[in-house]
Amino acid sequence: MTAITPALVKEHGLSDEEYARILQLMNREPTIVELGIFSVMWSEHCSYKSTRVHLAKLPTKASWVIQGPGENAGVIDIGDGDACIFKMESHNHPSFIEPYQGAATGVGGIMRDVFTMGARPVAMMNALRFGEPSHPKTRHLVSGVVRGIGGYGNCMGVPTVGGEVNFHKSYNGNILVNAMCVGLARTDKIFKSAAEGAGNPVVYIGSKTGRDGIHGATMASAEFDDASEEKRPTVQVGDPFTEKLLLEACLELMATDAIIAIQDMGAAGLTSSSAEMGDKGGSGIELDLDKVPQREANMSAYDMMLSESQERMLAVLKPGREAQAEAIFKKWELDFAVIGITTDTKRLVVKHKGEVVADMPITALSDEAPKYSRPYEIRPAASGTPAFDASKPVMSSLKTILAAPDMASRRWVWEQYDVSVMSDTVQAPGGDAAVVRVHGTKKGLAISTDVTPRYCKADPFEGAKQAVAECWRNITAVGARPLAVTDNLNFGNPQKPEIMGEIVAGIDGIGEACRALDFPVIGGNCSLYNETNGEGIFPTPAIGGVGLMKDVAKMATVAFKRNVDVIMLVGETKGHLGQSIYLREIEGREEGAAPRVHLPSEKRNGDFVRLLIEAGGIDTVHDLSDGGLLVALAEMCLAGKMGANIRLPDGTDPIPFLFGEDQARYVVAFPNALTVRVTETARNHGIPHVLIGCTAPDKLLVEGIGEIAVSELRAAHENWFPNFMSGEI
Amino acid sequence: MKSAVIVFPASNCDRDAATALEQMTGRPAHMVWHQDSDLPDVDLVVLPGGFSYGDYLRCGAMASQSAVMRAVKAHAERGGAVLGICNGFQVLTETHLLPGALMRNADLKFVCRSVALEVDETQSVFTRKYEKGQQVSFPVAHGEGNYYADDDTLNRLEGEGRVVFRYAPGDNPNGSARNIAGILNEKRNVLGLMPHPERVVDPLLGGTDGRAMFESLIETLT
Repeated sequence: MTAITPALVKEHGLSDEEYARILQLMNREPTIVELGIFSVMWSEHCSYKSTRVHLAKLPTKASWVIQGPGENAGVIDIGDGDACIFKMESHNHPSFIEPYQGAATGVGGIMRDVFTMGARPVAMMNALRFGEPSHPKTRHLVSGVVRGIGGYGNCMGVPTVGGEVNFHKSYNGNILVNAMCVGLARTDKIFKSAAEGAGNPVVYIGSKTGRDGIHGATMASAEFDDASEEKRPTVQVGDPFTEKLLLEACLELMATDAIIAIQDMGAAGLTSSSAEMGDKGGSGIELDLDKVPQREANMSAYDMMLSESQERMLAVLKPGREAQAEAIFKKWELDFAVIGITTDTKRLVVKHKGEVVADMPITALSDEAPKYSRPYEIRPAASGTPAFDASKPVMSSLKTILAAPDMASRRWVWEQYDVSVMSDTVQAPGGDAAVVRVHGTKKGLAISTDVTPRYCKADPFEGAKQAVAECWRNITAVGARPLAVTDNLNFGNPQKPEIMGEIVAGIDGIGEACRALDFPVIGGNCSLYNETNGEGIFPTPAIGGVGLMKDVAKMATVAFKRNVDVIMLVGETKGHLGQSIYLREIEGREEGAAPRVHLPSEKRNGDFVRLLIEAGGIDTVHDLSDGGLLVALAEMCLAGKMGANIRLPDGTDPIPFLFGEDQARYVVAFPNALTVRVTETARNHGIPHVLIGCTAPDKLLVEGIGEIAVSELRAAHENWFPNFMSGEI
Repeated sequence: MKSAVIVFPASNCDRDAATALEQMTGRPAHMVWHQDSDLPDVDLVVLPGGFSYGDYLRCGAMASQSAVMRAVKAHAERGGAVLGICNGFQVLTETHLLPGALMRNADLKFVCRSVALEVDETQSVFTRKYEKGQQVSFPVAHGEGNYYADDDTLNRLEGEGRVVFRYAPGDNPNGSARNIAGILNEKRNVLGLMPHPERVVDPLLGGTDGRAMFESLIETLT
């Protein structure tokens, strides 16, 4: 027997108070296997111990929500018996240590979360944050993460349809890799993880268990330091071929009625999958580890319970269905083993080589897990309206901005992802939201991931509101009705009151925006301790949203389409330059107040734009975000391979008007014949709007300010990424 | 036209191929599992894109040894039409139904984008509905599409009019020799190409340039 020493307890990431609680719950000293199980189940990653109190405040319900937070992924009803299942999850720490495998297994893990519920994954998105381009590791990390995402998703045959890439020095020592998977199922074929009933076989399916990834969840719940490279062995290795087999085999098994419950083995592997299934089902689970398919010799019970080997699932079957299930997994050449049975004891009992190595109440791992109301301190938001040099030439500033690391074309990234496999991608990366058709129908799912970390740093509450609002706006801009979100909350160390303050304000901001926009949170993931050597990242609550459009033929895109289309700016422009891209890239300062989101205006303006698109005839829309109006117009010119003539409304100050980042705004373009109808509709709905010009050939011109050839903008916009990655800049 | 789509364990464009075939021919394609040693009675066999057996070895190398490929070879020898798209092209070269090899892309990166192709040869069951020299746009999505063969083979392919598709000058995404994107076998009943015609049969999905290939096949094989 291994003695449980204070040093061993500390190594397992458990505090003295937590260990005292374990002794109390167990009424004896835990075995080493039990200590390992507590360590992962009580880790921040698995238990959400710092955030649960606050997450409970989020709105999670709507008439179209079938499954909110608490399952492997959230589920919404999209009509006609179709359900959309989605979730976003981080793989930040592993990706920093080993970018290819970290990102690849992040993709694999989130896909399993979705297909374990019965859905076929139909789209992948990702939200990536890297350190500043000049940091020596950045290029290596970008290259590895992008290859890893592509390597896994491309083999799975699921299109990666969009995402975000940001660079900022706050991520120098701690990159963020958030991956989102969206799947489709039938509403009457949704699978959950509650292992109800006693005496049912517990089956293991997928890859064999090895020693990889042991304590991954614990690693993900600690800060980094310079020795973190030594944690490389805790990064799992992905095998997308096996995952593809597992996907097809699971969907084939799900077409039968043999399954009572099913859950993927993600973080904390066999431990969390068995404990969670027993917990949700109100049952007990008894496992015999000698039956677990093993890749390596002489694995201990501790190794097996904590391994995070990939591409594995645990299922509870109806008794007598083992042979039927086994035949399916044999066909797909996957391991299949009955490794245990459900019981009515509400205990997790683990046997190995004839001995009981763990015997613990399941509630100790779930309800009884620590839950903290950590002290927090909400620091005052940044304020003020920054000064700027009004003499700077507008068109050359535009060119500089379009070539800035955060604004340049992401073509280098997305061309490494298969965007069109499955033959349903109707809007690929480069637009406001990606759109994939619901196979065999006219319906489309619009998907967007958003957050503007510099706003969140300046004002965690408003920044989080803005993340939700921008996601809602992007989905609206293609013509879809936003339905629900998954959130991926990336923050620093919650034991520091100022960081905990960012978390609390962020969650409150998300809650307020989601309530106002009728955009419930149906799942998510928290990634805390994103710090290196005590330095936290910018608060980064990434929002992944899904919307529905009834007819993809009516979809709008950002590209200008016809010469002499009228261009209309929707929403109110005051010229907010605080925390703007303009201020950072042209004036070299990150300061001032973040833009405030007025949620009623956001809703009113968005509902108006959607109404225009749904009515038909309006096919050109772009939301306004980073860089403001002129950047949006330039992007519309680039996408449409044409130009525009813009006239500023009388009395406007050019730089704030053209580059301000006021929220709740869109640019819409349409043939002149529709002008009366569109402006009347706008007036009738009380929508602030102004006609600002029309489309034109070849160049972007702002009357009285200047002009620039679209080809010149294109070169600036397209060249930065490839030049950076090839080491030329 | 009756058609079959071969399904290897990690094929992932099998559904896309089947959807395009059904849309174009009005009848569903037979889906044939890789362990089957017989093919149904069909006019066209499609080897779809994907990663066949994971392709951790050379792409298509393991698939070339599968039971179903013996049946596909026999079908080709009888003069039956075989269309290999992307991974299917890789399987065809590994099976030696087509000459040459597909290596890692010259820049070592996976590439997915629309490319401009020139139709070099219309004397085939696959391309008779195109115009010679016509420029079409198909997407590519592959990491190993860099076509290689020795000069004698390349000269023969060109001399015999067996280079069917070429990447338009300046738009070669993978470093393929002589911009070759798709080739025929000697009997002209087997076509392998890296770009995906099955992804461009629906105007909502970025074009319909792939339709003429299916129309050519339907006209000849029906």
